[in-house]
Amino acid sequence: MMPELGKYAEAVLSSYGVSIALLLVLVWASLRRARRVKKQLEDIESKAKRDG
Amino acid sequence: MNLNALWAYANPKKFIQATDRVLPWISILAIVSLVVGLVWGFFFTPEDYRQGSTVKIIYIHVPSALMAINAWLMMLVTSLVWIVRRHHVSALAARAAAPVGAVMTVIALATGAIWGQPMWGTWWAWDPRLTSFLILFLFYLGYMALWAAIEDGDTAADLTSILCLVGSVFALLSRYAVNFWNQGLHQGASLSLDKEENVADVFYYPLLVCIAGFVLLFIALVFLRTQTEIRARRTRALLARERMG
Repeated sequence: MMPELGKYAEAVLSSYGVSIALLLVLVWASLRRARRVKKQLEDIESKAKRDG
Repeated sequence: MNLNALWAYANPKKFIQATDRVLPWISILAIVSLVVGLVWGFFFTPEDYRQGSTVKIIYIHVPSALMAINAWLMMLVTSLVWIVRRHHVSALAARAAAPVGAVMTVIALATGAIWGQPMWGTWWAWDPRLTSFLILFLFYLGYMALWAAIEDGDTAADLTSILCLVGSVFALLSRYAVNFWNQGLHQGASLSLDKEENVADVFYYPLLVCIAGFVLLFIALVFLRTQTEIRARRTRALLARERMG
């Protein structure tokens, strides 16, 4: 299944590895912050409602 | 389509409602396009007669480089909208896009260097395109640092918008450096409206799918991160009101 990459295998695999890792970190960090900020806003809004 | 209708999305609530509806679909399309494009390119395309298997790096390098430049151009447009019409959502969208663009620039620089070592015999050269790309990356860092350094949101949006206008020179230089100066190592564009200049079809079609995947991923991330910036801004406003009252 793995294609024959020859003498450039290291270059090709490291390119894919570095890029996919960076994209995954970016997506993970964006989702994590999105959840955290959304929760924080919901808490503050519900507290503001409670306090009138 | 009535372009004036677009201004409705300058309303933060409306923006969040609209993007909430489309975000799951764009995300799914992005994942599908990226998986199909990268698997097609990596497993099912032949070696190039000159570049060998390093040609497979094209499926990451070209889309990321394209997005690095276009992310900045998107930031330019939204910054101009902020300067002219003072819509907060547009300034926050520019802020949201910057880290995505910066990561795309890092990927383009890293994959370019990894490809350059076996092909050019060097990781780096002070070639016009490479150098303008490095400067573009520094502009991304400066842009994000400026947003983080200024507490008042409107002042930060004003100053970062000006920085974005200045940085646009380098975004355009990154794109056209190969055409302006011929002494660099970097080859001409892999994609062009002129079919004669494109890479061979066997590489071209998976490359198009990868580009579509990167564009969709960029849109999804910018929507998500803009929503986050809108909510963070509202949180700061509510906390400030609470402290005062």
